[in-house]
Amino acid sequence: MQSAGRQSVVDVALQGRAVMAGETISRAKVAGRLRLNDAIFHHVTRGAAAGVLIILGGVMISLVSGALPALQAFGFNFLIEERWNPVTEKFGALAPIYGTLVTSFIAMLIAVPVGLLIAVFLTELCPMWLRRPIGIAIELLAGIPSIIYGIWGLFVFAPFLQQTLQPFLIATFGNIPVLSSLFAGPPYGIGMLTAALILAIMVLPFITSISRDVFESVPPVLKEAAYGVGCTTWEVVWHVVMPYTRVGVIGGVMLGLGRALGETMAVTFVIGNAHRVSASLIAPGTTISATIANEFTEAVGDLYTSALIALGLILFGITFIVLAAARYMLLQLERRVGN
Amino acid sequence: MSLYDNRRRRNKIAMTLSLLATVFGAGWLVLILSVLLWEGFSGLSLAVFTEMTPPPGADGGLLNPLVGSLILTILAVIIGTPIGILAGTYMAEYGRHTKLTTIVRFINDILLSAPSIVIGLFIYEIMVAPMGHFSGLAGAVALAVIVIPVVLRTTEDMLLLVPDQLREAATALGLPRVNVIRHVCYRAAKAGMVTGVLLAIARISGETAPLLFTSLNNQFWSTNLNAPMSSLPVVIFQFALSPYKDWQKLAWTGALIITLTVLALSIIARILAASRKTP
Repeated sequence: MQSAGRQSVVDVALQGRAVMAGETISRAKVAGRLRLNDAIFHHVTRGAAAGVLIILGGVMISLVSGALPALQAFGFNFLIEERWNPVTEKFGALAPIYGTLVTSFIAMLIAVPVGLLIAVFLTELCPMWLRRPIGIAIELLAGIPSIIYGIWGLFVFAPFLQQTLQPFLIATFGNIPVLSSLFAGPPYGIGMLTAALILAIMVLPFITSISRDVFESVPPVLKEAAYGVGCTTWEVVWHVVMPYTRVGVIGGVMLGLGRALGETMAVTFVIGNAHRVSASLIAPGTTISATIANEFTEAVGDLYTSALIALGLILFGITFIVLAAARYMLLQLERRVGN
Repeated sequence: MSLYDNRRRRNKIAMTLSLLATVFGAGWLVLILSVLLWEGFSGLSLAVFTEMTPPPGADGGLLNPLVGSLILTILAVIIGTPIGILAGTYMAEYGRHTKLTTIVRFINDILLSAPSIVIGLFIYEIMVAPMGHFSGLAGAVALAVIVIPVVLRTTEDMLLLVPDQLREAATALGLPRVNVIRHVCYRAAKAGMVTGVLLAIARISGETAPLLFTSLNNQFWSTNLNAPMSSLPVVIFQFALSPYKDWQKLAWTGALIITLTVLALSIIARILAASRKTP
């Protein structure tokens, strides 16, 4: 079995060969070195993990310190002031905040139902051989950089809307009291609605791929049982799949929302960068990220720069709350499902 | 009987809606990609890869932004990957149940979807403002901050997939943790970890917002990391918003190059991830 000089560990153990004193010492040395290596590696990895916390802390501290001059100058009014005038150095964040919330809200209003329905199609209706290709295509599309959506929106989608959808909306709702103010003004093509629609198209693959993943996590037994008692496909989806996967679906929607809120490039191209709060959805507006992207490199004066950083701080705050709430809700729901 | 009809009708409506939603969603994406392919390929030529960005009205290419993007991406990966992998290692191996891991996982998930423009502001504050000028290095660091959460997440997930029996077997031989991790866990999770790095590259190769005020842009050939550096996404942004037809054409071509790169990276990552499961 054994050849001299090439003993396996097992052989040594079985034979119980006597260990020389020298061997013991050198063995202890080696063990000590290994232990040291291990301790070093342990601390290095822990340092790297703590580095992530340091990054987050750094982001917060740098944003707060950068935003301080503007916050001191304008105080709480910064949040509710609409005026944004670099010449007189009067800055208010209301218009960007409003634009951010409205565009994201409309985007989610469109993307969530459509995304969920696509996920239902992919998991329940789609022929087997088509599921994988479509699923892969969606995941690939979710990774396409937002600037691509932006450039398409600018050159193709905005002119298209200007000629078709917007005149139609103005003509249709122009005489209805409340709705007319939503679609007031000339059709520019660019504006809040265009930005919201592009955001919707952009987060669609995102929401679809997450919902499809969680829909697929439903144990087949549950669905088969429901089908077995005579449920229709829709009833299975609504009464079995949806309740079972609520956790993941909410998480996916929140992540999509976080992405829509902070999205910069897709919006910057088509929003129009107009600092005003307008009830009209087809009017040009601005979002926090678009304002920063458009104006930061051209900002002269410390107060202007600081006001833009303050906008960044607000954006970070909003997305942080949305994402943290998503995580927290997931944890709560997971716990409930677990019980 | 009418109840049954009702249910059937409702089902029919819902299923038709979901089919329509799929056609609707897929329609937009096909539309966007076909315009991109059409506009991009019609501007694609050898000059794009061999000539510098032109002044308005002249012919030119995208050589300096291509090289700039390449440098920024490589640098960002070199900076970000080790940190991400080490942190992921801690979370999956040493500190699987510690408080630090729970917190870092939570924070990392937030950083993963944090608005990239805020990261640009952060790097501006800590690097550009103190140094007094925009620089390629700042751009690379900004991208590295985006790389870290992606790599960390995949590393942790992939290491957690490694069966504990492997670790136990290696430990039973007397190997210390560091060797178990390096020679057993890393080896078992290698394909997945490479996938994470590829996904991170795909993610940053289209990032524009964090570069706008870190590496800025450069009209000329420059590989100086201490000076503003051109990058493909920023050039696309600038050229697309310009009134010049030549520049807009180049912007489309650049957009096509980025999209194809991202798609290629994602596909390779998928193939790698799939190959992990088969053996």
